[in-house]
Amino acid sequence: MHRATAAAVDTTVAAERAAIVARLIRLTNDWTLAEDCVQDAIERALLQWPREGIPRSPAAWLTTVARHRALDVLRRRQNEQTKLQQLAIMQEPDVTLGPHDPMSDDRLRLIFTCCHPAIALDNRVALTLKTVAGLSTTEIARALLVSESTLSQRLLRTKQKIANAAIPYRVPPDELLAERMGGVLAVLYLIFNEGYRQPDDHLATEARRLSSLLVELMPNEDEVRALLALITLQLSRRATRFDQAGDLVPIEEQDRRLWDEALIDEGREHLRRATASRRPPGPYRLQAQIAACHATATDTRTTPWSTIVTLYDALLVAQPSPVIMLNRAIAIGFRDGYRAGLVELEALDPTSSLAGYYLLPAARADFLRRLHRHDEARRAYETAARLAPADGPEQRLLRRRLTELTAPREM
Amino acid sequence: MKYMMLVIADPDAAAAAEPRADDWTIEQWLDDVARRGKRITGSQLCPTSDATTVQVSRGQLLVSDGPFVESKEWICGFDILECDDLDEAIAIAARHPQANGGKLELRPFWTDEV
Repeated sequence: MHRATAAAVDTTVAAERAAIVARLIRLTNDWTLAEDCVQDAIERALLQWPREGIPRSPAAWLTTVARHRALDVLRRRQNEQTKLQQLAIMQEPDVTLGPHDPMSDDRLRLIFTCCHPAIALDNRVALTLKTVAGLSTTEIARALLVSESTLSQRLLRTKQKIANAAIPYRVPPDELLAERMGGVLAVLYLIFNEGYRQPDDHLATEARRLSSLLVELMPNEDEVRALLALITLQLSRRATRFDQAGDLVPIEEQDRRLWDEALIDEGREHLRRATASRRPPGPYRLQAQIAACHATATDTRTTPWSTIVTLYDALLVAQPSPVIMLNRAIAIGFRDGYRAGLVELEALDPTSSLAGYYLLPAARADFLRRLHRHDEARRAYETAARLAPADGPEQRLLRRRLTELTAPREM
Repeated sequence: MKYMMLVIADPDAAAAAEPRADDWTIEQWLDDVARRGKRITGSQLCPTSDATTVQVSRGQLLVSDGPFVESKEWICGFDILECDDLDEAIAIAARHPQANGGKLELRPFWTDEV
C-alpha cells in the first residue's frame, strides 16, 4: 500500500461514513453508540491510512473496526438487551452479497427516519446534518446559529424520542412513501436555503451532496431529481452572489460570465431527466424550471418573465403559499411593468403568513425605487430592514439601498 | 410497544371539520382495533366539570373542583394501544373519528431500558 494524502483519506472517509453509521444503527438500534463507534474507526483511519495507505476496501476496513468497537462496548455493558445487539452484529455478513437493492440501502432508512414527521422540523434538520451528512456539532451549531450545548441537547432529545416513541427505522411502505418523501425533500431544501443565504455556503453544498445521494438511491423519483436540479442551478451563481465584504449582490448586478456553466448544464440535465417521465410536475420541478429560466438568461431584461409567471401559476396550484404569491407578483412586475407589480403586491393578503415577512416591503420598496418614488421607497426599505433577520446579508443590502436613496445623488 | 392515545376534544377544530364519506364511526374503529388485537383498553371520560384535582402540599391535602389546567381543549377519552411502532399507532389514530374534528395525542409508555 502507498502512503495516502490527508485529502484522499478525508474524501474516502466522507464517502463511506453514512452507510456504515446507517448499518450500525440498524444492527444496534442505538444511534449514539453507532455514531461513536464509527467516529472511533474514522480517527484510527486518519492516523493509520496516511502512513500505510488507503486499504483496498475502505468501507470494509471502517466497518470491521466500528463493529469490533461496538462489540467491545456492548460486552462491557452486559445486559439482556446488549446480548441481542451483539448477536445482531456478529450475524451480519461482512459484505452484502447478491444484486444491490437501493431500497434496502441502510442510508435510505437513515434519511427517512431522520426526517420522520413526528420529529420537529428543526430537529430533523439537525439530526440529518449530524448523522447523514456527518457534520460535527460545532459546524451545525454555527450554521444554524444556536449554541453548541443547545444543539447537543436537541440531538440527544431527538434520539431519545426515536427510541422511546418507537419511530421505525425503515423506508416507509408504498402507501406512505409519497407523503414522507415530501418531508425528506423539505428538510434537504431547508438545509440548502439556510446555507444559500450566507456567504459561507457550506450547508448549501452539503444539501447538494445529500440530494445527489438521494437521487442515487431513488433514481426514478422525479421530485428527488428535480430538487437536485433546483439546488444545482441555484449553486451555479455562488461565485457572484456575495461581494468581497460578504454582502449580497442583486442578480442584476451579478457578472453572469462568472456563473458556473458546468453546474448550469448539470442542473438542466437533471431537470430534463426529471421531466422525461411525463408525469405531472411537482413543486420542485416547477421551481427548478424557474431557476433554469434565470440561469440561462443573458440579463434581467431578456429573462423570460412570461414563462416564469406561468410556472408560478402552476406552482400555486401544486403548492399554494403566500410566499409563492409574492414571488409571482414580483415576476408580474418584471413582465408587465413595475406599476403592475405594485398593484399585484397591494392585492396580497397582508394578514397571511406574509405578515412580518421582510420580503413583502422589500419587493414594494424595489418597485418604488425603480419608479423613482423615493420617499415611499425609503419608508418601505425601512420597514423591510426592520423585519429582515438581524445583521444578516439581507438586512445589509436593504440598508445599502436606503443609504443610496438618502445620499445626495451625484450625476 | 404500548401507547396511551389521548382523545382530545377541540371546539375550534370541531367547528372547522368537514365530515367525509369515508370517515369511520367509533364502532367501526373499535371493531377494527379489537379484531387486530391492537387495543388493550380505553374509555370515554366525563367532562372536565366533573373532574377533581388532588394535591398534597406540606402534608396538607388539597382537593379542588375542576381540571388542573383550564383550556378550550380537553381530554374526552383514552385508549391504550399495543403497536409494532409509531407508524402503526399513527395509522390507527388517523382512522379514529376524533381525528377529523378533534385531535389524538400518542404518548409512548415509559420504559426503563432507554
